[in-house]
Amino acid sequence: MTFGQRSRAWIGALAMVVGASLPSAATGETVLRIGMTAADIPLTTGQADQGSEGLRFMGYTVYESLIQWDLSSAENASILIPALAESWEVDPEDNQRWIFKIREGAKFHDGSEFTAEDAIWNFEKILNPDSPQYDPKQAAQGRGRVPTIESYAALDPYTLEIRTTIPEAFLPYQIAWIVNSSPRRWEELGGDWDAFASNPSGTGPWMLDVFVPRERAELVRNPDYWDESRVPQTDRVVLLPLPEANSRVAALRSGQVDWIEAPPPDAVPSLEAAGFQIVTNVYPHNWQWHFSRVDGSPWNDVNVRKAANLALDRDSLYVLLGGLMQQAEGMVPTSSPWFGEPEFDVRYDPEEAKRLLAESGYGPDNPVQVNALISASGSGQMQPVPMNEFIQQSLGEVGIEVELIVVEWNTLLSIWRAGAKDAASQGGHSVNVSYFSQDPFTALVRHLDSTLVNPNGTNWGWYQDDSMDAMFTKARQTFDADEQNAVVAEIHERFVDEALFLFVAHDANPRALAPKVKNFVQAQNWYQDLTPVVIEE
Amino acid sequence: MLRYVLRRVAYVVPIALGVSIVCFALVHLVPGEIVDAIVPADAPPEVVEQMTKDYGFDQPLPVQYGLWLWRAVQGDLGESLVSGRPVAAEISKAFGNTFVLALAAALLGFSLGLLMGGIAGYLQGSLWDRLVTGLAVTGVSLPHYWLGIVLVIIFSAQLNWLPAVGAGPAGSDQWQLDWAHLRHMILPAVTLAAIPLGIIARTVRAVVAEILNQEYVETLRAKGLGEGRILVHVIKNAAPTVLAVMGLQFGYLLGGSILVETVFSWPGTGFLMNTAILQRDLPLLQGTILVLALFFVSLNFAVDILQTLLDPRIRRG
Repeated sequence: MTFGQRSRAWIGALAMVVGASLPSAATGETVLRIGMTAADIPLTTGQADQGSEGLRFMGYTVYESLIQWDLSSAENASILIPALAESWEVDPEDNQRWIFKIREGAKFHDGSEFTAEDAIWNFEKILNPDSPQYDPKQAAQGRGRVPTIESYAALDPYTLEIRTTIPEAFLPYQIAWIVNSSPRRWEELGGDWDAFASNPSGTGPWMLDVFVPRERAELVRNPDYWDESRVPQTDRVVLLPLPEANSRVAALRSGQVDWIEAPPPDAVPSLEAAGFQIVTNVYPHNWQWHFSRVDGSPWNDVNVRKAANLALDRDSLYVLLGGLMQQAEGMVPTSSPWFGEPEFDVRYDPEEAKRLLAESGYGPDNPVQVNALISASGSGQMQPVPMNEFIQQSLGEVGIEVELIVVEWNTLLSIWRAGAKDAASQGGHSVNVSYFSQDPFTALVRHLDSTLVNPNGTNWGWYQDDSMDAMFTKARQTFDADEQNAVVAEIHERFVDEALFLFVAHDANPRALAPKVKNFVQAQNWYQDLTPVVIEE
Repeated sequence: MLRYVLRRVAYVVPIALGVSIVCFALVHLVPGEIVDAIVPADAPPEVVEQMTKDYGFDQPLPVQYGLWLWRAVQGDLGESLVSGRPVAAEISKAFGNTFVLALAAALLGFSLGLLMGGIAGYLQGSLWDRLVTGLAVTGVSLPHYWLGIVLVIIFSAQLNWLPAVGAGPAGSDQWQLDWAHLRHMILPAVTLAAIPLGIIARTVRAVVAEILNQEYVETLRAKGLGEGRILVHVIKNAAPTVLAVMGLQFGYLLGGSILVETVFSWPGTGFLMNTAILQRDLPLLQGTILVLALFFVSLNFAVDILQTLLDPRIRRG
């Protein structure tokens, strides 16, 4: 072998090695690589775990529910639209009976057609521990989402009847949580959910192609997807769990991924300077203080509640967070159809705050003394310590002395479920747990419904008010969507007018994208649509 | 010797049992329900109850411990609460990844540490000695996760020369000895090598310096032995101490570093443990702690035996 031949052989070998290390761009395939905040690949069998991120990337990509969120608009709040069900309505004669018309021609990735029987099979998968397909892991995620379903029946292959235990106008929101796995694939695999995890089959626009537990999942386009307008524009999506925020930034900057979830706020300016796109939008996330209303809580005085809301300088908090928040004026963003027209203007007005406190007998010599249970970190908690210290300072300036009690995040969740009366809450006057507020129940009802105190739910503060309960019942029994929105807006107006919470911020839901990622529309939602995304090399 | 080994084995059994009790009990001390790891935060109580029953966490703790230990001694560490995969398989896969990384870091750290420490000890008081001592102190004192982040900033984010995360272009399942995979290993291996390099360089320097100052070395010199032969004596006398330190350091490397593996998202035992903690995946956490603790117990045992073989004076009693 001459020197020239040897060099060429080496160059050839080197090219092969380098080629192997490059993404599949060389094959002409377009690939979108996403760094998730999750520590593991979300459950791939259907009802994904890992919170909203799991549903965002593994739930609503591979699978679908009967009803889905419209994720096509950045400007408008998301609404529910048909998915595997073409339409649904409550029986005019019996408001506990719903009829869902199933879409004809929607197929699972294994080629079999989705029918009403399959919807029932999937309800049984999470609701009936005696059914052969019952899967505790999926049940853990889905069961609690459909608390009022009593029974279901297939009237024909394309007509599904669902009965509820109470008149439940929120049912469509509940149904949107439940995704459908393929019974045929599960049977083919001998009824083994672990086998199904590596070889799943849903009806969604993406199909799972590669699954390396804890390391990566690769989704490919489903060319036979029923909704032609949502056939993916990218050939492949690679999902990588990167729980460490700085590692996500490094992976993006080194070109290992094209998209990261939740870049840390202090990395945002440098990412922007380096040409990366920072995408944000308001969404139904609510960072607030939930007040205790048990006897002796200073928050039982409406003047104190209003004063706290007026004492908080949210514009300065916005600066503190580098603009990655929206100033809250209520439980839901002002763009929400449920915001309504409250009379109490949630603003920064320390003088008015002091006046209100004085009216209730408080003053410089007699400050209000409250405490707040907070966490040092946690999913959706944004930056809890500096934010709460800022609140402490703001409230202190008008005469509300705040003691912060910092506990571990999971401990805080346990406290939250235990309720303010429980010893676990240590006599706390306020708890800072950020809330998902995508539907009327999660946004409003669950926090103040008098029946949802421990152990029945998460009315942490033991708020008890018959007239509020009546409004919740009215909303749950208003089946027309527009009318229901109006009733929910009325409820929200009351939340604001009585300052029932300390309204602080809505997260801006930041994500950082490489310049080559185009066409992404960030919906005002916890879930996002990857199908229109284009990679321009 | 056999009696000594048997006695050491007898010590290991109660330690192992103690370790199993501690790691089973510790994870049960965390607040909240065990199934909190898998149910959404706002799951209604009947769901939490159903899951507690489905996973057998409604049984009394001693019963749970007994069942867990009985299965553990048969090699079955249960299933991960979150992923449903067998814990033993998860650990063995992660251990493979940690082993590859530890080996690379050990090769780098040990060889450089031995070389630098040896030369520094031999040339006591010289500029080289001071340089090595300075480097060793730096290596030991630097928080290695910080070093890892700095290396990532320079070589991944700024220069784009090396990948910042992961074990390979397609995960660790198809790991092979090629450049595409080796380049993923460079930064974490260098980061992990810093501490053993510092410790070994410092130990070797101290031991070599001490031996060289001993009278028998003077005697050897007086008898006219060449420096090469003297070095053989030095190495032989330094070996037990250095070997013990190297053994422990290799053990630490094999144990996986939670911090470094997390910074580099390297799918080893440290990363696995971090994931288990973040997800509150108790069976996985218990299994990982148990395996790592037992691994350290066995490693100490092996080093003890090895030291005794090399230096019979250590054989106590």
